[in-house]
Amino acid sequence: MQITGARLITRLLERQGVTIVAGIPGGANLPLYDALHGSAIRHVLARHEQGAGFLAQGMARATGRPAVCLGTSGPGATNLLTAIADAKLDSIPLVAITGQVPRAMIGTDAFQEIDTYGLTIPITKHNFLVRSAAELAEVIPEAFRIAASGRPGPVVVDVPKDVQSETVELAALPEPARPDPAPRCSEDELARAAALIDAARRPVLLVGAGVIAAGASALLRRMVERASLPVAATLLGLGALPHDHPLFLGMVGMHAARYTNRLLDECDLLVGLGVRFDDRATGKAAAFCPHAQIVHIDIDASEIGKIKVPRLGITADVGEALRGLASRVAASNRAEWIARIGTLRAAYPLLTPGADDPLQPYGIIRHTAALLPDDAIVTTDVGQHQMWVAQAYPFSRPRQCLTSGGLGTMGFGLPAAIGAALAQPDRTVVCFSGDGSLLMNLQELATAAEEDVAVKVILLNNAHLGLVRQQQQLFYGGRYHASRFHAEPDFAAIARGFGVAACDLGTAADPLASLAQALRAPGPCLVNVPIRSDANVYPMVPPGGANRDMIDGGIHDGMQL
Amino acid sequence: MTACSSESRTPGETTGGWESAVVRLVVRNHAGVMSHVCGLFARRGFNVDGILCLPVADGARSAILLLVKEDDRLEQMIRQLRKLEDVLDIARHPQAREAFTAVAAVLA
Repeated sequence: MQITGARLITRLLERQGVTIVAGIPGGANLPLYDALHGSAIRHVLARHEQGAGFLAQGMARATGRPAVCLGTSGPGATNLLTAIADAKLDSIPLVAITGQVPRAMIGTDAFQEIDTYGLTIPITKHNFLVRSAAELAEVIPEAFRIAASGRPGPVVVDVPKDVQSETVELAALPEPARPDPAPRCSEDELARAAALIDAARRPVLLVGAGVIAAGASALLRRMVERASLPVAATLLGLGALPHDHPLFLGMVGMHAARYTNRLLDECDLLVGLGVRFDDRATGKAAAFCPHAQIVHIDIDASEIGKIKVPRLGITADVGEALRGLASRVAASNRAEWIARIGTLRAAYPLLTPGADDPLQPYGIIRHTAALLPDDAIVTTDVGQHQMWVAQAYPFSRPRQCLTSGGLGTMGFGLPAAIGAALAQPDRTVVCFSGDGSLLMNLQELATAAEEDVAVKVILLNNAHLGLVRQQQQLFYGGRYHASRFHAEPDFAAIARGFGVAACDLGTAADPLASLAQALRAPGPCLVNVPIRSDANVYPMVPPGGANRDMIDGGIHDGMQL
Repeated sequence: MTACSSESRTPGETTGGWESAVVRLVVRNHAGVMSHVCGLFARRGFNVDGILCLPVADGARSAILLLVKEDDRLEQMIRQLRKLEDVLDIARHPQAREAFTAVAAVLA
């Protein structure tokens, strides 16, 4: 068969099971867009390539399958970089296909030429600069295999314009790629891990994104219920165990409940499952779990021993490991340790002041959750609202919470919500955002309106970069600088200007009724929620501090500690 | 280059005041693979004292010798290098140290 490079790309994407791509056309990827014209693939036109990148991330995070974004050369590629880097740090399978200037013009500083290959080396799992249309037959399936295998991650495929137009003779299309099978666990290592768990008097499991990526929540639950193992989660591990499970301890780290960090301080065995001991989770690493032996199970060998040297490190798919462990660990009720957990949980709970008031942070989060169906998906932006959501939203299943953990990208929430809604069109997607974050990809409201997706933006609006303001208050002597927005946009009016329904709970006669109506109506909407600018996220570990040393701004005052 | 078994890592073997090690990589030979390897060193803050690289296997692959500091981060560096898609093989290769000695004489 004779086929152009561009047509070959769309055919291979179709065979790979891709039904939606997000992107923006430009000079250097127009042949690819011409091929999309005749393809079954639905193209979603973003308003900024970063939006396209996060749209694809939303699809990938909601489904676990690789998603595709497209951009042209030069600024198209540079605008994608943040979303690609974000996918790298959070191990999200993403395939970014960029246009490049024609081969003969590479290296001449041509119009919209940039070294996309060089720029994306440090932020991808792998990248390709395609030198001929024939290469695409290998490169495209390989990109999907790499993105989805082992520890997932982003792959960039940079395709010069004339490669897209070049005609190639192929005997047949290559088979779609599949992820590599998970490596087999060593029986001996699993037996040693089970023995350490059985011997521990005060064990805690710490679960992260690897448990979600492995689809191992059910296996996790089986094992922890058998052996009465309490489970703490990193930010990206939220949902691996339901929030109300008696063995669930909540999120660990900088904004954990006090009892959670205290239990990790007391534990004698920490089993890290699909975690990388990120500094936001561990606090000062040397003081993290000071009395514990560590068992670390991760699919990425380079994570074992990178931050904390474990007593036992196992390079394995967490699902495979849990399958093996579930039958090996001894059934136990651990009465003493479970009782201790109950005591600490009662003494140092997560405090959520204002949880009844829809015009306060915990209140709007709890009320929104109560009004949503169980299958709703939640995205966040980055900042105070993100931590309030992580603390207080009742996450009950994996892939329910989509948030930018490692890179901490403001602007993630709205486009990721659109992507999640496109991938799961039967579900409501709520994007909790802040006024600082939302402005960073506000233009995607146009995409939301155009696609008519069920994305509900709940805007916690304090006219500040709230987490910056909080740190200036707590750690910079109250010298506030560049953290307040003196111009306060009318976000409801802006949303309407984009064709998105909006309401303002600050002026609503019955805020709860307005919220319920906004969440119930079809299509996108924005709910502006004015909140106090001096509300802080508590408790908090000062940056660089040990997790046991949390400050709380006095909200625990009067409690018997 | 000649292998020299007497060049195995011995305590006190130093380059510029620190103990050194030699790591040998076999990589796919294409434009960009050196950027992947060197970029990894730069962004993770590892020092490389010397690099030798030549095509092997009729040019389909390249062999790279890295002269690096022998410290407790070296194992982490090797694990990170192993993750690169274009790195086909990686191992410590102390017997290749004399290659650097020979090149140093040429460069001097």
